[in-house]
Formats: sequence, structure tokens, C-alpha cells
Amino acid sequence: MKIIHCPVNGPRPLQEFYFGGQLRAVPTSEQVAAMTDAEWSDYAFNRDGSPGIQKEWWYHTPSGTWFIAERDIVTDGFVRTYLFDQADQESHNDG
Amino acid sequence: MPYRLLKFGLSSEYSEPRMFPVQGELRDAYDVVIIGGGGHGLAAAHYLATEFGITNVAVLEKGYLGRGGTGRNTAIVRSNYLTPQGASFYQASVELFKDLSRQLDLNLFYSERGHFTLAHSLASLRTQRWRAEVNKQLGIDSELITPEEVKQMVPEIDLQCGGHQPPIHGALYHPPGAIARHDAVAWGYARRAGEAGVEIHQQTAVTDIEIRDGAVCGVHTNKGFIKTEKVLSAVAGWTTEITQMVGLRTPLVIHPLQAMVTEPLKPWLNKIVVSASLHLYVSQSSRGELVAGASLDPYELISMRSSLDFAEGTAGHLIDLFPMLGDVKVLRQWAGLCDMTPDFSPIMGTTPIRGFYLDAGWGTWGFKATPISGLTMAHTVATGRNHELIEPFNVSRFSDFQLVGEKGAASVGH
Ligand SMILES: Cc1cc2nc3c(=O)[nH]c(=O)nc-3n(C[C@H](O)[C@H](O)[C@H](O)COP(=O)(O)OP(=O)(O)OC[C@H]3O[C@@H](n4cnc5c(N)ncnc54)[C@H](O)[C@@H]3O)c2cc1C
Repeated sequence: MKIIHCPVNGPRPLQEFYFGGQLRAVPTSEQVAAMTDAEWSDYAFNRDGSPGIQKEWWYHTPSGTWFIAERDIVTDGFVRTYLFDQADQESHNDG
Repeated sequence: MPYRLLKFGLSSEYSEPRMFPVQGELRDAYDVVIIGGGGHGLAAAHYLATEFGITNVAVLEKGYLGRGGTGRNTAIVRSNYLTPQGASFYQASVELFKDLSRQLDLNLFYSERGHFTLAHSLASLRTQRWRAEVNKQLGIDSELITPEEVKQMVPEIDLQCGGHQPPIHGALYHPPGAIARHDAVAWGYARRAGEAGVEIHQQTAVTDIEIRDGAVCGVHTNKGFIKTEKVLSAVAGWTTEITQMVGLRTPLVIHPLQAMVTEPLKPWLNKIVVSASLHLYVSQSSRGELVAGASLDPYELISMRSSLDFAEGTAGHLIDLFPMLGDVKVLRQWAGLCDMTPDFSPIMGTTPIRGFYLDAGWGTWGFKATPISGLTMAHTVATGRNHELIEPFNVSRFSDFQLVGEKGAASVGH
């Protein structure tokens, strides 16, 4: 059974989690307003699906906790999990 | 050993013919390099040579032929899709499949079974009515049927699902739905392509693609550099590695999809049964094994590992539908990689990079498209213009906001 470390509840079985997709910079409404169609479609549809360690959203269903995991998407190894933090917030706003 | 038998075995007159020639060294340049020795790459090579007279072609395969999705799928072929673009495309593939054993002179065990998509809710009945009507407009044999009709054709099915799942409300029935021997499809195309002069290099991985002034000029491999102005990427679950080499952004993300077979049983199931609600599809192979698959693994992963979760879930749902299978043993389970698009349609044809052609986005549905994607991609590579059947599937559909939503038809892998 695969175990994931929830930053709030500790090690829990995979079945309790939901994968929320890649962590991506969310543009502010001003940034959206300034986007071209090409930039907007790139944001809406394109993803970085290439091998490597990626930051992604996970959700612990029983406790309702959203958190960030750094995971190697080739080996399925979780490097670390933590609650969305200041550094992520800042990289979000960089756009 | 009797001397006569030994003599017979060693005689060159009776030697077993090879499927494909032993390949020599890579040459310095080719007109076309095809990355990926799955069904799609090999079919494209075959049609390039036979339909378009382009034979200075190399197919480069990192492992062995059919190592990817081609040798791992549950081999379902059908055309009852939801969108007119998708349904016409897959219908053209079914037509090619019907005659393919003869064309390739190899028995592909193409077997028309009839394909049921079970509905466990009124909402899914409604989608199925929609699919049936789209299909009929396009001349595809497809109809909504009642639970009683399902039971008549598959008497072993438990319409109540043992009370563990919502009962079966009806099904979309597609009589031409078929299964085929997937490895043979790859081998058949490879043999024909080889006969026509195409080189097939196994154990040859593309490690980078050289681009100058927005156009392809060659590929790097683990066996050296090759000059070429045309590259066709047909690597399905490995596409994100290749698009990264050329700097092309796409929506593709990779998820595993798993399948398993049971021990062989006497023939009892001559239909293909799919249930999206139960995340299950099952058919009986010509060897008697039940071949069963589930829905996509729930998170991104570029790995062909199989899991106990899958085996448990699928076995459980198998007995929901067919309670008498309780004693049957599972023989093998495995996984393959699926390159998923947000609209469940493929990504095919030309790209903003001159000479770089993409055949990808095959997700859980690409085996059935093998012949038609080979033919239309060969046309596209040969002429530089997208074949009309694949125009809706170009990578430009995302920047044009012209998605081709097959979601209703492909929510379960098959
Ligand atoms: C469990 C499962 C069940 C499925 N069931 C069905 C079904 O019932 N019906 C259906 O229609 N579809 C089904 N599919 C989907 C189908 O299997 C695939 O879409 C299809 O096989 C893709 O074929 P392909 O030739 O494009 O790619 P593949 O067969 O995956 O071939 C790609 C090849 O490229 C090679 N390669 C990768 N990178 C490189 C490189 N850098 N250099 C050289 N070579 C490289 C790989 O080794 C591989 O052999 C299923 C898939 C799975 C996993």
C-alpha cells in the first residue's frame, strides 16, 4: 500500500488522497487582462508533463487538507510535502 | 534425435523465415526518421513506403517493437464515438482493420464481437442516446438497448450488480466492436515496411532533436547523429520527453493505465462489456483468458508499474458483473503509459516546427486508430499538409480554442 505523508495528519494510505494537478502560477486579474489569446490558451491548456520532480497539489480527503507535494513523476517518490507557503505564494505572483 | 530430423532442422531450405531483416548500421541520413516502433510508427512507415513511395525511412525504437501501448492494450476496436470528427476518424480505422489481415498477410485474429457500454444511471443513458444518434447520422451501427436485451445477449451478467453497484439501466450497443491481436498488428506492419525498404532499428533511442531556424535538421541517438529534415514522433506515452527536446508546449500529461488477464476458460463471453461506472472493461481472448482493464490511475506517473489496488478493484468489479467468476484466478497484470489530452482527442499532424510531425495524445484509445493514423500521418509527412481526417486534431486547436470533446465517449480506458 502506498503511504503519503500529509503535513497535518502524518502518514496515511494513498486511498485517502486526491491528486489536484501541477502547482502553477495563478495570474492576477490584472495579469489576465493584459494577456494575449496565445498566452491565455497556453495558461488554460498547456502543462509541463515531462519527467522530473514536480510540485503538485494533493488533498487529504478525510481532513479536508490541501497541501503541496514535491514528487518525482518517474519513480513516484515523494521528496517532501508541506502546506502551501509564502515562497509558493511569491512564485505564484511572479506569474 | 533421428538423423533425418536433424538434417531437416539444419537445412536452409526449410529454415523459418524471419519476420524482419537483421538491421545493419544506422546510415548518416534519411528522408524521414520515425521515432517509436509501436503500431503507429510502423504503420506510418509502411504507408509512407507503399502509398507514397518514400522508402529512405528509419524507424528508431528505444526498446523492442510493440514494447509500449501497442503490446499492452486490451485491443478493443470500435467507432461509436461522440463527436462527428472522432467518429468519422475511428470509423475509417475500423474499415481498414477489417481487411488488414489480408493486406499484411498475417492473421491478426480480428474478431467482431459486439461492444456494450453499460449505463448505470439515467444521465449515462442520455449520453448514450446522444452517441447513438451521432453514430447513426454517420452510418455507424450503434443503438441504445434495454437491460433485457443486454441479458439476452450476455446471459451471465447480473443486471443488479449484486446490489453493490447501481443496476444496469441499458447499454449502448455497437455490433462492429472488435478485438484483435495487438502484437501482430505491429509485426505485420513492420514486416511489410521492411520488405518495402524501410529500416527498423531497435535498441536505438532518440536523445535529442536538432533544430535550425525553426526547422528540423537531424536527430541525436545513442548510436550517433542522423541528418534528416522530417521527423515523425510516434511515441505516445513518451511524447512529453520528445516535445521537450523541440520546445513544443502541449497539454499532455502522462498517467498509467492497467490491465490483467485471468486463467483461460472455455469460451463463454463473445461480447466486449464496458462499464464506465464500474471502471471496468472485459472481453474473452481467443485463448480463453478474460482480458480486463480499469480506468486511468488517478495521478500523473511516467512508470509502467502495476499495483495491487488495481488488481483488487478490477477483480471486485468483475464479480459485481459476473458473480460466477469468484473462483477464477488472475494470471498476469501490467501497466502502460497514456498521454492524456484535456479533450480526449489525439494531437496529430504538422506543428509550428517545420519538419516536426506529431502523432500523440493517444491516451487510452490509440490502438484502434493504428491503421488510420499510420495512413493519415504518412500522407501528412509526405505532402507536408494535414490529411483532412486529422485537421481537427492539430495541436493548434488549443490556441484556437477549438477542442474536440470526446470526454463522454472515453471516460473509461478502452
Ligand atoms: C492497459 C491499456 C489498455 C488499452 N486499451 C486500449 C484499447 O482497448 N483500445 C484502444 O484503442 N487503445 C487502448 N489503449 C491505448 C493504446 O494502447 C495506445 O494508445 C497505443 O498503443 C499507442 O500506440 P503507439 O504506436 O502510438 O505507441 P506505443 O505502442 O506506446 O509505442 C511508442 C514506442 O516509442 C518508443 N520510444 C519512446 N521514446 C523513444 C525514444 N526517445 N526513442 C526511440 N523510441 C522511443 C517506445 O519504446 C515505444 O515502443 C490501452 C492502453 C493501455 C496502457
